[in-house]
Amino acid sequence: MPDSVALVWLVVLLPFVGFLANGWLSFFQPNAKRAVSAIGVGTVTAAFAVAVVVVTGLAGAADGAPFLLQLWSWIPAGSLQIDLGFQVDALSAVMLMVVTGVGALIHIFSVGYMGADRSYARYFAFLNLFVFFMLVLVLGSSFPVMFIGWEGVGLCSYLLIGFWFSDEAKARAGNKAFIMNRIGDFGFLVAMFMIFGATGTLSFTGVAEAAPRIFELNGPLITGITLLLFLGCAGKSAQIPLYTWLPDAMAGPTPVSALIHAATMVTAGVYLVARTNVLFAMAPTSSAVVAGVGAMTALFAATIALKQWDIKKVLAYSTVSQLGYMFLGVGVGAYTAGMFHLVTHAFFKALLFLGSGSVIHVMHHAYHHTHNDDDPQDMRNMGGLRRYMPWTAAVMWIATLAIAGVPGFSGFFSKDEILASTFARGQDSAFFYVLWVVGALAALLTAFYMTRLMLYTFHGPNRTGTKEEGQLHEAPWVMTGPLVVLAGGSILAGVLNLPHVLPGAGWLEHWLEPVTEGASEYLAEVHLAVPVEWALLGGATLIAALGIAVAWTMLKPAALTTARDAPAEVGVQRILLNKYYIDEIYNWLVVRPIIWISRSILWRAIDDGVIDGGGVNGWARITRLLGWIGTRLQTGQVTTYIVLFVLGALVLFQAMTQ
Amino acid sequence: MSDFLVDIGYRSWALEMLMVLPLAAAVVVLLSSTEHAKWIALWATLAEFVVSAGLWWAFEPGTAAMQFEVRHAWMPGWGITYHLGVDGISLFMVLLTTFTMPLAVLGSFNYIKQRERPYYALMLALTTGMLGVFVALDLFVFYVFWEIMLIPMYFIIGVWGGGRRLYAAIKFFLYTFVGSLLMLVAILTIYYVVGRETGVFSFAYVHLLQNIGLLQPWALWLFGAFALAFAIKVPMFPFHTWLPDAHVEAPTAGSVILAGILLKMGTYGFLRFAVPFFPQVVLDPTVVAVIVSLAVISIIYGALVALVQPDFKKLVAYSSVSHLGFVMLGIWALNLQSVEGAIIIMINHGISTGALFFLAGMLYERRHTREIAEFGGIARAVPALATVLTVVALSSIGLPGTNGFVGEFLVLVGSFGEFPLATVIATTGVVFAAGYLLWALQRLLYGKLEKPENEKMPDLSARELLVLSPLVACIIWIGVYPAPFLRRVEASAQALVVQVREAMPGPVSVELPIGDDE
Repeated sequence: MPDSVALVWLVVLLPFVGFLANGWLSFFQPNAKRAVSAIGVGTVTAAFAVAVVVVTGLAGAADGAPFLLQLWSWIPAGSLQIDLGFQVDALSAVMLMVVTGVGALIHIFSVGYMGADRSYARYFAFLNLFVFFMLVLVLGSSFPVMFIGWEGVGLCSYLLIGFWFSDEAKARAGNKAFIMNRIGDFGFLVAMFMIFGATGTLSFTGVAEAAPRIFELNGPLITGITLLLFLGCAGKSAQIPLYTWLPDAMAGPTPVSALIHAATMVTAGVYLVARTNVLFAMAPTSSAVVAGVGAMTALFAATIALKQWDIKKVLAYSTVSQLGYMFLGVGVGAYTAGMFHLVTHAFFKALLFLGSGSVIHVMHHAYHHTHNDDDPQDMRNMGGLRRYMPWTAAVMWIATLAIAGVPGFSGFFSKDEILASTFARGQDSAFFYVLWVVGALAALLTAFYMTRLMLYTFHGPNRTGTKEEGQLHEAPWVMTGPLVVLAGGSILAGVLNLPHVLPGAGWLEHWLEPVTEGASEYLAEVHLAVPVEWALLGGATLIAALGIAVAWTMLKPAALTTARDAPAEVGVQRILLNKYYIDEIYNWLVVRPIIWISRSILWRAIDDGVIDGGGVNGWARITRLLGWIGTRLQTGQVTTYIVLFVLGALVLFQAMTQ
Repeated sequence: MSDFLVDIGYRSWALEMLMVLPLAAAVVVLLSSTEHAKWIALWATLAEFVVSAGLWWAFEPGTAAMQFEVRHAWMPGWGITYHLGVDGISLFMVLLTTFTMPLAVLGSFNYIKQRERPYYALMLALTTGMLGVFVALDLFVFYVFWEIMLIPMYFIIGVWGGGRRLYAAIKFFLYTFVGSLLMLVAILTIYYVVGRETGVFSFAYVHLLQNIGLLQPWALWLFGAFALAFAIKVPMFPFHTWLPDAHVEAPTAGSVILAGILLKMGTYGFLRFAVPFFPQVVLDPTVVAVIVSLAVISIIYGALVALVQPDFKKLVAYSSVSHLGFVMLGIWALNLQSVEGAIIIMINHGISTGALFFLAGMLYERRHTREIAEFGGIARAVPALATVLTVVALSSIGLPGTNGFVGEFLVLVGSFGEFPLATVIATTGVVFAAGYLLWALQRLLYGKLEKPENEKMPDLSARELLVLSPLVACIIWIGVYPAPFLRRVEASAQALVVQVREAMPGPVSVELPIGDDE
């Protein structure tokens, strides 16, 4: 293994140094914005540069063995030995590039987007800290070390969602994210206990090596472990039933939504399944659950996205939906396809979020200028923005075509590969054909709602307001620059893994082979005939075209009224707008009962009533009663005493004579 | 460092010095003037900490034997010896005590404005009392310290406490005292039974431990007496109701000491006496079922009741019930990981909950209220306080990278092998912990800064930062590099597990059984 790979510690350290420096500045020099930008952007960009060196070194080594770097013994306790260590292999290398690469672009964008914020230093400190924890997550060489990053990114997400904490709703959204993630982490923790109990180790290499010896294929133990791990994934990656925090997470600054809630953190669940692919491959039942939940989430979230008016909410549900695709991919055993979609999605979804950030930034600026308190994120208040923001409109169209799955764009290839892999598994069980249909349907909706978003935002007449119109303009280069780079990625990332029927196919698959080969033993070899594969490609093209065409002809941006004047929605539309009332249902079924039980029963009735009232103070009352009886006997009348004395003496005498 | 300690003969006088120094200082405080009292107390507790710090280096890991032993004949006719010593279980309890006391004294500077001399004298006397409990190797001596330490705490709550201080102080005293009296009966019974059978009447810990077999017929009752005394102290559900009252009414330093040190005496008592003395009872399926159930109930119940507390101090108090439940679970799972984890949580709880009480006190000093609803949005006004409170809360939640995670993870991973179902239920406690603490943070720190009196709140002073920063440093240190702690605990924890498991006839699972799927 070349020395350059060993530099991986530097990749992790750089953003941490950035966090410390910016954290220090946030207290002592909060207005030193140039220094904050230089540190914030500089450390992550440098981390990207070092990451390139590391990955190049790894590619040069080419023997497929993971590079392990042990830093120190973290939790040594008898048979449990957890080292703080990193693992660089083909899989973590992919994530390394995505996290530092996309991360650096979003840091640059943030310089423009957050430039006027008074807590600029705190923002960059948190963003740097996020990159640090995300790197620990993807590089950790064992479950517990990964868990440091896993909960650490959750912490940063919490801090950044609630970044503008003076708005109580935003702080609450941060809480919700953390607590729902914790529900998932409960699964992750119990899975770790079970893995340690079964294999006696928690390192990824150790577990992968021991798994075939210890676990019975599709046995209850491995099924339980993988389902619990997937519960963790469902929390982190916003899958049914734990997805409701992600749309609320849009309360954070938009670059945060791009980095954390689209490109990197929320994909950690997919990464975890890919990382433990041997375990999931040995648990076909769990894998089917993963695929099923993924497909369901993809479709369910897409239907909600159809009716959202907040531009970020559309993208949020879109993200939930696309993450569903990734789980469908890794669930059917197509680990490469899942990771492939993770990479392409990182490009086009980061682009969409940052683009929407540019739009919101400009809208906000315009409304702020005219003291208008309309919602700058509501698409009904936009319209025709392409005339003012041509670059933003152009790059967002590229991303839209990519996510919709138009041939030639990256999303087409990655989504097709997932759907094709699902279709191929149909040979095992008709269940997967159903999932394929669900996935295809979600793809149709995706093309529709994304076109809707673009039409309402950028086309038709402008609805921002006559005074405000004069304030609309393109975002500065520091924001559009990263968009252009991401647009390049959104187009080109498809070449990473072209379909089998095309020349130069399957590069990523080959790259990931050392990581996924352990799982391939347990997966039935499935092959699609060439004509079938062509047919699927053609079908995917048709679906994308249909979705775009229907939206284009059906929706009339000219007929929209502004949010202020819009009539209330009715019927199904209202249900969709209100997200099927899932939040309300959770609130009534889970949150309120817990609060009520805790307050009325546990605290008031049991603690105050039974234990204190009956037990503790009850004893006190009995004591007082005895004392009171005693005082009654002390009458001060000699005759009473004599009577009692005689009675007592008689009893004693009786007792002694027997 | 070790060489230096050898040169000055540290091992032979360390414990004597630690016991005498605070008492001597207490006398000096009483004789001094009022304005000097707090400074003398601060320097004395700091000196105490410096002396105790030597234990860290001088302590030999890798052995479960008692170290730094001190032995003086006290009442030879009764078999009572003033015998002290430290092993891996008590080492960190001693260090936790000496570490907390200077902070508690420094944290009292603003809070205590009346009767300063007796207050600081009592704090110093309390130090000796608490240390005595952790290092006593003679059951009589242990009992004496156990009772002695009640008295200063009773006065600290009852004299310098809040509105319902007398109710709280008497409740605290009586609750503990009921348990202690039963324990005294048990200690005397053990003394007579072992004495009668062996002919050697002695309260010596080692002597009694070696002859535990003789206690067989009475074991359940004796265990019950010890267990009740300790369970009240822990406190375990349903013996916990003294705690919220005592905490709420106690002055800040009183709460810190109560949570940081006094609560550890219950679990320490289990580790040192109740568990090793009565292995058959401890491993009896019914007893296991009862204790493990109570531990799990404590975890969930404490967390849920904490969730709905309107008073921040009470919230932290109930969170203690939850945390100590993890310790009890770890002790009863009785394998190396779970016992080590239990001891680490005991350390962590002292640090993190101590820090939370300091912060609650600092909020109280600023606003003279503990009601969470009275705050809101104060992160704008007091960013440093908000930052520290967030870090401490995260450690209490058990975020990996902080101390809280290491302890909980070890307890749970160890317990899972013994009680899968109970462990799974206990693990849900981590979700509730995030619930009550983050919800409290949201209501305290975030939202609109509306109340004018909150806007004017001053941020942390240098003195307050000085109190909090050692605690925050420990939170990170133990979270990132707990190995030095685990190394020092390991041999004693292992010895305890082996001693109890081997004393139990019949097959004992040493290997961890696989999951709950079997």
